[in-house]
Amino acid sequence: MNGTYALPRISPRLVPVWRRNFLVWRKLAVPSMLGNLGDPLIYMLGLGYGLGSFLPAVGGVPYIVFLAAGTVCFSVMNSATFEALYSSFSRMHVQRTWDAILNAPVALDDIVAAELGWCAAKSFLSGLAIMVVAWALGLTSSLLSLWVLVVVPVIGLTFGALALIATAVSPSYDFFMYYFTLFVTPMGMLCGVFFPIDGLPAALQAVSWALPLTHATELVRPLFLGETPPHAVLNVAVLLAYAAAGFYVAMILFRRRLLS
Amino acid sequence: MESLTATRVLRVTGLRKRYGGTEVVAGTSLAIARGECFGLLGPNGAGKTTTLRLCLGLIDPDGGTIELMGRPVPAAARAARERVGVVPQHDNIDPDFTVAENLLVYGRYFGLADAAIRSRIPDLLEFAGLAGRADARIQTLSGGMKRRLTLARALVNDPEVVFMDEPTTGLDPQARHLIWERLRSLVAQGKTIVLTTHFMDEAERLCGRLAIMDRGRIIAQGRPRELVQAHIEPQVVEVHGDGGAEWGEREAPRLAARVERVGESVFCYARDAGPIVADLERRGALAYLHRPANLEDVFLKLTGRDLRD
Repeated sequence: MNGTYALPRISPRLVPVWRRNFLVWRKLAVPSMLGNLGDPLIYMLGLGYGLGSFLPAVGGVPYIVFLAAGTVCFSVMNSATFEALYSSFSRMHVQRTWDAILNAPVALDDIVAAELGWCAAKSFLSGLAIMVVAWALGLTSSLLSLWVLVVVPVIGLTFGALALIATAVSPSYDFFMYYFTLFVTPMGMLCGVFFPIDGLPAALQAVSWALPLTHATELVRPLFLGETPPHAVLNVAVLLAYAAAGFYVAMILFRRRLLS
Repeated sequence: MESLTATRVLRVTGLRKRYGGTEVVAGTSLAIARGECFGLLGPNGAGKTTTLRLCLGLIDPDGGTIELMGRPVPAAARAARERVGVVPQHDNIDPDFTVAENLLVYGRYFGLADAAIRSRIPDLLEFAGLAGRADARIQTLSGGMKRRLTLARALVNDPEVVFMDEPTTGLDPQARHLIWERLRSLVAQGKTIVLTTHFMDEAERLCGRLAIMDRGRIIAQGRPRELVQAHIEPQVVEVHGDGGAEWGEREAPRLAARVERVGESVFCYARDAGPIVADLERRGALAYLHRPANLEDVFLKLTGRDLRD
């Protein structure tokens, strides 16, 4: 039953596990929203208008518009990553909430799937909040920009799944610093969040195309500007492939850690 | 034998689990009937917790078979756990929830409807001595209250068998006695209890039958009284303090059937303690305690007095 390398098998029992996280969040919703949403908005508005006033059009649009689309992706990635690293680790290792759930008729696969679903849900809120601000400020008004809200949960699943791999092998919270410094922060610079990828040296552009955040910004920015993403199918496929592979690898590592 | 199978809650044969080069569970066999309170005793590292985790299907055995509530484990462990409650060694109550929310959320993991769980919560809190604390935050509970909440949580699905891993470790005497009293009432309700402990008085008071486990093996099994009768002389004289060791070396061996020396203390085991006590009384200077043999004597005889880490 606990075959370490078996494909994940999930059941409807993941629903109460997801609801558990939702119930906790509901109690702390206001400070949690402020913490999750305040920072990216401040950076977006400050850099977008402040730095943007010194810049010509970036990627053919005012910098604030360019940056807002990038901020949606960056913020969704960070939100999913934080949840999958710190919060999931806390539930698994510090509070031993997972141990308690495993004694009920719930499988580890269900727990991890619920955690991933919860990462996607929380990151959706981050993306939604930034889109609401963007719509309110008139940074985007195209109907196509509504599609961003469909893409955002996919981005959340991708980065939640990848971060769960780090959680599965982490001995302590300190370990997550490596994940941010070696993976998350470089992606912020290489994947078209703050400036267009075509400004990068050719070698780095190649790296950029292998990174999942690039495929997120390649999807979101055109939608934000009211255009159809030119490689939408490829972008979605890459994100989903990262999500599926990340979930599977994380599952193997969680099984090794908790079920042996 | 057919009727026996029907009333058997847990049946384990030849169970094995290896970690690295160490066989933590080395061929354990157990059969626990409905309505029993069964104790698994052993020093730290004996393999008790691993055995429980194997029985619940949380880890896969390297060998042997497990049948819990008539279902093969780990193959059908989830279905078996529908009718099982677990009190883990370390409290893992959800710190983000109140007392009642903990029970509600945990009940949902069993697929129970909210209304069904809510209707059980007052009784569960009453049983756990937590009536009136439904809305209390976990941080405001004492260690004993948390333990009782963990017990209430284990009963949220009205289980037929409750597994408890060291249910009273770290509790003060009052809290321990309250837990023991609650466990007795569960047995009186017809529930089956499987508990691990290294408190001999706990095992002696609660368990109808027990197994002593050491280094992954069950080395003795039976009713507490029977184990004492089978494995040890009925009388014990403990001699402590100055001069005791010397007396233990020179005099004790000819008076007692068996003598154990631990530091400055001497334990004399005998069928008749009369001559030992008479000798000690005649000398006058030695402090001693004469008592009937108990489970702890059996335990120490079988598992040794060396420290286990």
